[in-house]
Amino acid sequence: MKEGYVLECRGLTKKYSNFTALNQLNLQLERGKIIGLVGPNGSGKTTLIKLINGLLVPTEGEVLINGIAPGPETKARVSYLPDNNYLSNWMTVTQMIDYYGDFYEDFDKQKAYEMLENLGLDAKQKFKNMSKGMKEKVQLVLVMSRDADLYCLDEPIAGVDPAARDYILRTIIANYAEGATVLISTHLIADVERILDEVVFIRNGAVVRHAAVEEIREKYESSVDALFREEYKC
Amino acid sequence: MPWDISSERSVYLQLIDIIKQKIMSGEYKPGQRMASVRELAADAAVNPNTMQRALAELERQGLLYTQRTSGRFVSEDVTLIDGIRMTGMEQKAKEFYQEMTQNGLSADEIRRLLEKAIAEAEGK
Repeated sequence: MKEGYVLECRGLTKKYSNFTALNQLNLQLERGKIIGLVGPNGSGKTTLIKLINGLLVPTEGEVLINGIAPGPETKARVSYLPDNNYLSNWMTVTQMIDYYGDFYEDFDKQKAYEMLENLGLDAKQKFKNMSKGMKEKVQLVLVMSRDADLYCLDEPIAGVDPAARDYILRTIIANYAEGATVLISTHLIADVERILDEVVFIRNGAVVRHAAVEEIREKYESSVDALFREEYKC
Repeated sequence: MPWDISSERSVYLQLIDIIKQKIMSGEYKPGQRMASVRELAADAAVNPNTMQRALAELERQGLLYTQRTSGRFVSEDVTLIDGIRMTGMEQKAKEFYQEMTQNGLSADEIRRLLEKAIAEAEGK
């Protein structure tokens, strides 16, 4: 089993010209946990996830995955679900699965086809003929078919109906790799808190709270959602 | 029985209660093999580590047991299961009695209400 934190941020800062998106953020994530990254819109969730995936470069401080800075080595171990659609419209699901299989050594094609079947998706279909919800499911299948150390899911349940939300949560629970950590960003904690070990609440680009959700429920006899609404007015 | 879980209370305690109830009601039969932690967690849409903790506690109480190579099973000790079922029901009866007396009912009134409810439920 691997040792050390799967993710560590030290004094992580990201400035866009005159706007500070992340401000001296410190965070340590252990292995084998499902962790919610929550905060209001514009709090820095997507910026943090893009930094973890090497799509942005820190202005100051550092972000480490398995103890190393983002690069080809960490991208091979991090499975990333962006918050937007990145599928090429002319492709079919099968073509996309082959593409992912070529890209990532840890991609399990058989697992991908099983998940597609469970979610009721047709692998021969082209993306241009799919609804938004179907495309989101395909993207999730691609991301969860990897045997990664860290899954970064940016708003995986935004804008889906409650039945689809449960499907997505179940797919995540059933498929993340043994011992891996899943980081799920959302501005709607109520939708995901049941599946979390821990919650990281960020505001104005810094961590204001990092706690175990069961401890919150036991201590305050309240949902994490209700507590945060009260304490942080969000 | 569906997994009806609230986010306002400890999910761990709720899982223990629900799985116990599934064993008491016979949905999980004595000696039956349990699904894996992941499968159960996915089914209930809860955190797998929390599910694991709940199963470990039920093992500690003797309602489940693990066979090293073949997985986790429901206890075959029917006396134990019946015992726990009765303890749980006695507790419910006490709570019911307390609630009724708090609403100002006498013991006789409570008995009459219960008998009426039973008669209605059985369609007499």
